[in-house]
Amino acid sequence: MISVRSLSKRHGTRMVLENVTAEVAKGETIAIVGPSGGGKSTLLRCLNYLESFDGGEIEVAGITLRPGMGSREASTLRQLRTRVGMVFQQFNLFPHLSVLDNITLAPRVVRAKPSADAVRHARELLDRVGLGDRGASFPHELSGGQQQRVAIARALAQEPAVMLFDEPTSALDPEMRDEVMGVVKDLATGGMTMLVVTHEMQFATDIATRVWVIEGGTIAEDGPPAQVVDAPRTAVAREYFGRMKRRRV
Amino acid sequence: MPHRPRTFVAAALVACATVGLAALLSCRSEPPGGTLARLQQRGEITWGADIQGGEPFLWEDPADPSKIVGFEVDIMDALARRLGVKQRFKQYNWSNLVPSLERGDFDIAMNGLEATAERAERILLSRPYFVYAETLAIKKGARYRTLADLAGKRVATLNQTYAHDLLRDAAVEIVLYEGNEEPYLDLENGRVDAVLLDNVIADRYGCNRATVTCLPGDVARGTYVIGIRKNDPELKLAIDAALDAMVADGELERILTKARLWDARQTEPPPPLPALSATRPRSFDGNQVRLFLSATVVTLGLSLGAFLLAVPIGLLLAVARVYGGPLASGAARVYIELFRGTPVLLQLYVIYYGLAPYYAFGPVEAAILGLGLNYGAYEAEVYRGALSAIPRGQSEAARALGLSPWQSLRDVLVPQALRIALPPMTNDFVSLLKDSSLVSAITVIELTKRMTIAGAELRGWLVPGLACAVLYLALSFPLSELARRLERRLSRDQRPLTL
Repeated sequence: MISVRSLSKRHGTRMVLENVTAEVAKGETIAIVGPSGGGKSTLLRCLNYLESFDGGEIEVAGITLRPGMGSREASTLRQLRTRVGMVFQQFNLFPHLSVLDNITLAPRVVRAKPSADAVRHARELLDRVGLGDRGASFPHELSGGQQQRVAIARALAQEPAVMLFDEPTSALDPEMRDEVMGVVKDLATGGMTMLVVTHEMQFATDIATRVWVIEGGTIAEDGPPAQVVDAPRTAVAREYFGRMKRRRV
Repeated sequence: MPHRPRTFVAAALVACATVGLAALLSCRSEPPGGTLARLQQRGEITWGADIQGGEPFLWEDPADPSKIVGFEVDIMDALARRLGVKQRFKQYNWSNLVPSLERGDFDIAMNGLEATAERAERILLSRPYFVYAETLAIKKGARYRTLADLAGKRVATLNQTYAHDLLRDAAVEIVLYEGNEEPYLDLENGRVDAVLLDNVIADRYGCNRATVTCLPGDVARGTYVIGIRKNDPELKLAIDAALDAMVADGELERILTKARLWDARQTEPPPPLPALSATRPRSFDGNQVRLFLSATVVTLGLSLGAFLLAVPIGLLLAVARVYGGPLASGAARVYIELFRGTPVLLQLYVIYYGLAPYYAFGPVEAAILGLGLNYGAYEAEVYRGALSAIPRGQSEAARALGLSPWQSLRDVLVPQALRIALPPMTNDFVSLLKDSSLVSAITVIELTKRMTIAGAELRGWLVPGLACAVLYLALSFPLSELARRLERRLSRDQRPLTL
């Protein structure tokens, strides 16, 4: 489903991603962990070309991404984004639109879906994230956890093949993390291909099929949670997980 | 009722302002008479005139711009010499000469002041120093021969002139200008069918144009006189005596000949004082109310039209500045600086007169275009600020959902920006309502111009001024109220603000 080949990206002289190569099969759930500034979010954002890169190639859901794609490839990029959903740390719901309009906007505008169909689908999605009664609300009337669940429904409305989560619970109070993580877990169980940048160790160990430890712009470790989390081979991973475990106690 | 106190305060403020204005306008006291004795003691006579009147009346000497020359300066020199004093010129707006004379800002007014019955009622008029003819100018080849031929046509003249009175009594559409040159420019451009003005102006500004013909025969004759305050009869006698002496010893003829103004009319018996114009308004009657209301419609229409133009222009420029490449954002910046950094009056002149050889906009079109282009530059900066205030995550989320740049602007960014921009936009619209008065420079009669016309014709500013103020408030207040409601409706999706 996803194939990353020799991906590299610079910010000025600093290498943010360095020769990253990885494969993700359909239905996998990847937990991306690692210290701040290691390149986790950047890698995620390259996958739907919110950020461009300087070298290498990415193939996502049948679409090939190369460095320097611009307005000439605009339609390819738009097609890519209907196949790859993204959920942000800060939710980024549209504050001037109701919950229902937030969800139906892209299907109606981008894929010219008839309004009635879009609304019907949106209501199903709202039920799925446990907010079936909040369609008429505006984002500011919802809690952070509810907003993030709407954001997930909004991304799912495009019926993507891949979902990207960029620290979806970092801006939330602990009691709201569980409700959001519950939705993410349901998606994983349902067979969605997902990449989740997270600091939630429980998610990495219980739900992810694989864990990537990213540090210094490279994937330092890549394997099933039992191997990466419980018996890390690299010093970086050992140190990171050690810190995370201490914090949880 | 939470609005009650606010409405009350607003009403009280309006009332206070009105009473204050009324007091200010009615407290005007007449300066004392006896000016002749005082000016002889002072050794100086001051006279009010408008240097904008230009050649041949008075203008800045091109060789020495600190010096004023012209036949009226020569006459004043001779007059002062004969009164045993020096003359000193004071610059005033021509249409304010009579009220300024009454205020006592100068001793006499002398600047192509025509002897009319209305003026004679208000101030003392000296004996004439010049006999002029009203000259009808038309486009070469046109068939008009008399004013009667021009029934229903557009005829240009200057505000508050005898020609204006004559046109009011004829069945023509009057188009009023502020300068000597512009009526003839518009005759050449085909925006008016004829121009009626003094032969002094016509000879210098109109008849010499390639496409203009001045019809032979005087439509009417009149005289230029010196204006003196009502309570200065002894000054009038002294000035009349001096002018008589200048006629008798030939000095006046020499001065007028030097200015190439001497003609047979000067030696023929002077025309009598024209009768009071039958159609001139005397009081703020129903007809005036109708004129004010239609001027209000013009002001509102112009402002709405201009704003409807300014909003899309502003949005386009703002988008170019915020999201455009170096070329688009540079071009938008040039536009903004150009239109914001130069006077809107100049822009109106360029559009109306400057572009006339290529495309002759009607006055209202030119006004809407000029104000719209100008305000577009201001709106652009408002929207730029608003677009920049939207969190980056909004456009990222739109992009991540597959929206094209145009779609994210339309559905995500602009709606949020407009909400932020609504208060400054309301501000701009109210300001535009008042700035729209500038378009009187290109012959559109809107509310402020209507007030100045009525003020001059009714010999008083209080009632026209109040009517004008009330009508502007009647336009701006409901609009701000509407904007306030819209703002509240749009912000229902936001938490109330607290400190």
